[in-house]
Amino acid sequence: MTSLTLVRRIKARPSIVFEALTTSEGITSWWGPDAGPALLAELDVRVGGRYRVRFRMLDGSEHESAGEYLEIVPNKRLVMTSQWTVGGEPEEAGNISRLEFHLEPIDIGTKLTLTHAQLKTEASCVSHERGWTGALDKLMHRFSLASAGDHGERG
Amino acid sequence: MVNYRHGQLDRTFAALVDPTRRAILARLEREQSATVSDLAKPFAIKLPAVMKHLDVLDEARLIVRSKQGRTVTVRLRPEPIKQAMDWLSRYERFWSKSFDRLATYVERKEAEARRRER
Repeated sequence: MTSLTLVRRIKARPSIVFEALTTSEGITSWWGPDAGPALLAELDVRVGGRYRVRFRMLDGSEHESAGEYLEIVPNKRLVMTSQWTVGGEPEEAGNISRLEFHLEPIDIGTKLTLTHAQLKTEASCVSHERGWTGALDKLMHRFSLASAGDHGERG
Repeated sequence: MVNYRHGQLDRTFAALVDPTRRAILARLEREQSATVSDLAKPFAIKLPAVMKHLDVLDEARLIVRSKQGRTVTVRLRPEPIKQAMDWLSRYERFWSKSFDRLATYVERKEAEARRRER
């Protein structure tokens, strides 16, 4: 399966990390790739419950994703589906991911592992013939890191 | 169409699992094209084994083979690699940046909790 794994060692106990993943206050404090604000986080944290998160990036663009909780083990594990949406409707038919957060207590706090797996691919597809040189090399570099199980790890 | 692409990404990653196949692809990226016998040379495995790897790469649509007389030439197809790269990049960036923010947030929470516990 197509997937991406990130590992991060965090100086905070698992219960605090889990809370940041499962409360609106927590999610709105970090969800999103830049310092733009989170606008909304509606979470119904129970198996089968749904969530919706919207954030605005510094460039002004707004992004929203939604999904369903599949597995909840307090302070240990959180599994959910995820799909980009526009006004509550799926953005692109067929783009569903599975997010798996795994929390493990370590001496400094928590080892957080995220696996982002694709369930269905994006309907949009880029097929540049030009300008791709070096992409394979980068992909294989990343891929061998990912295979080693420590992809994207930071101390 | 969607199902086709779903399969495509999975096939691309599955094909990349094997180090021999990665070496073949890396060489094809450098040299544009190569014959099957040229490709087999650096490896300590027999030609039929190399042919099997080429079959996997072909089925994954990562290469295209063309035959002229007795010589089979192999070339790379860039699109699936680009597609896989886009997928990885998009989410790697999102999660890496988000996790930076998450770490900052929970480490502050942890410090607060410790102050309360003292």
